[in-house]
Amino acid sequence: MDILKNLGLLINAMMTYTPPLLLAALGSCFSERSGVVNIGIEGMMTIGAFVGASTALTFGNPWIAFLCGGLAGALFGLLHAIACVSFQADQTISGTAVNFLAPGLAVFICKRLYDNSTDTPALNASMKLPKFFDGVFPVGSFWNNVLCNYSVAYLSIILVAVIWFVFYKTRFGMRLRAVGESPEACETLGVNVYRVRYLCVILSGLLAGFGGAYVTLATVSQFRPIVIVGQGFMAIAAVIFGKFKPQGAMWACLLFGLCNGIKVLATTSNTVSPNLISMIPYIVTILALVLFVGTARVPAANGKPYSKAR
Amino acid sequence: MKKKFLALALCGAMVLSMTACGEEAQKTVDEAVNTAESVAADVQESVAAVETAAESVVADVTGDGEIKIGMVTDVGGVNDGSFNQTSWEGLQRAAADLGVTVNYLESKTDADYTPNIEQFVDQEYDLIICVGYQLADATRQAATEYPEVNFAIIDDSTNADLPNVTCLMFKQAQASYLVGYVAGLTTESNTVGFVLGMATETMHQFGYGYVAGVLDANADAKVLQQNANSFADTAIGKSAATSMVTNGADVIFHAAGGTGLGVIDGCAENNIWAIGVDTDQSVLNPEHILTSAMKRVDNACYDVAKQVVEGNLQRGVVTYDLSTAGVDLAPTTTNLSAETLAAVEDVKAKIIAGEIVVPETKADFEAKYGDVYELDD
Repeated sequence: MDILKNLGLLINAMMTYTPPLLLAALGSCFSERSGVVNIGIEGMMTIGAFVGASTALTFGNPWIAFLCGGLAGALFGLLHAIACVSFQADQTISGTAVNFLAPGLAVFICKRLYDNSTDTPALNASMKLPKFFDGVFPVGSFWNNVLCNYSVAYLSIILVAVIWFVFYKTRFGMRLRAVGESPEACETLGVNVYRVRYLCVILSGLLAGFGGAYVTLATVSQFRPIVIVGQGFMAIAAVIFGKFKPQGAMWACLLFGLCNGIKVLATTSNTVSPNLISMIPYIVTILALVLFVGTARVPAANGKPYSKAR
Repeated sequence: MKKKFLALALCGAMVLSMTACGEEAQKTVDEAVNTAESVAADVQESVAAVETAAESVVADVTGDGEIKIGMVTDVGGVNDGSFNQTSWEGLQRAAADLGVTVNYLESKTDADYTPNIEQFVDQEYDLIICVGYQLADATRQAATEYPEVNFAIIDDSTNADLPNVTCLMFKQAQASYLVGYVAGLTTESNTVGFVLGMATETMHQFGYGYVAGVLDANADAKVLQQNANSFADTAIGKSAATSMVTNGADVIFHAAGGTGLGVIDGCAENNIWAIGVDTDQSVLNPEHILTSAMKRVDNACYDVAKQVVEGNLQRGVVTYDLSTAGVDLAPTTTNLSAETLAAVEDVKAKIIAGEIVVPETKADFEAKYGDVYELDD
């Protein structure tokens, strides 16, 4: 019985931690596979988190808020695309700029809107994304812990399948993968490299924005600058871990989530140093990489600006 | 395959070396903390002696008769919804009530502390309040360099040996004891929870006070405990709360900063009580926050401002506890029953009268309650 209970908690912790990470990682897949390095994911998540919370407070509807959070991320994706695709700027520098600009802007607007405070007011229950199986099972029961998750958490898993399909079974998917490998070859074959890359980078911003909005609309119910700390970089790590494939990124995110669950179960006393326990995700990642995954093959044209003129 | 094993071995070596580093660093930190504590204890004694000699210092009043009080924030900024903000609220109250001029400078990084302090010194401020122990070193430096300027620092006692520094300390264990008492009276499942942000001596005081309060109110109660080991991991906070609910908790207290947001949300989703910390967190979720363990930093700032005006600024360590309303339950009590409130008032009086001594250290705690607090070493 105890094993079942702990298993339920493990799955619950995994489903708490994974969805925002997974959404951002799927975004990162789009960008990286099309050949644009996007380390601005973190910043896009932050602005998504703020806009999500803020629009929920304004309109009272979580779905509109979730969408707006994604659009805010997409806006920064557009900025990143303009810099990297049209102007062939250094992608790392542009991404870093996004990471400074987006959180800064989020805090600035927050202070303007909410009485000079860096936190938004708290959202009430009706402004939060709905849960599946809410109230169906008794609180604290195994099935409640396993099944009663936010609808978007399920959606994010479904999205993996959708994006897998887009990547590998559609013409657009083939083009985006090809653009990430050899933009010159694509251009000679009549593919509009700029258009594909623009679309992919904006999509990556959209999904990262969704990931950020998930944090403020589901994990907690308020925006604070500390709600996004490093999730964006974890998402990028998950993509590399997952060999730049959406399904790979999903397994990586689930693994990170599982480690988080182990952390929760293991820190109920001080028998093992909490600092050691905090290392679990990183140790597991290193071991998994070395033993099972091996090196990821980076898309050949990733990080290289492409100019039509050359 | 060979290569893989080689790589694995290297990884193993790396992990081990990391562990070793971690432990060593922890040791150094522990030693430093111990030294700091013993120094603080010595200082406190000598200060107490000085204080009993009724020492008070007349503040320098600037030529125009206007009293100026400046506040330097730590990196949290003045709107952090916590310490810096409440300090500033206290000073604003002082400005309204006492007619003093107040101003603040925000520190964006640790490197801003000294320049910010010096800016106030240059403008001949009568008192400079440094918010948070992170400013301890900068305060020491400035206070040594400008012995004629008055300083106050919140949550730090290491500067108490300097003649021109007032150290404002808070008995968080007492506030935690009160919320623990409330939790012990409120729980129906006889199981309550405690989520800790980080295992440090200061943070453990929350734990000792809380567990002591719970057990004094309800000897049969079980306290589930969790060290999130982070002040900013909301997902861990939420999962910790869910885990406690699954194990039967119906009231959870967090002393975990931003991680606590997740704890509160986890409590709300599972429809149980959460207890906030530092400020009145009821606004975060009025229906599910039972009460909060408050540190009245605003009162402390107001008091020192008033003392400057009256010319009797206290020196050394000034400890804010229940008797001076320096720590307390949150003013929002809508979720507390009349009986609970009455019982808490009773306990408060006993603490103030010294009939109940709230444990602040491992030794004191374990002497009375046994080794039931599991998060300390």
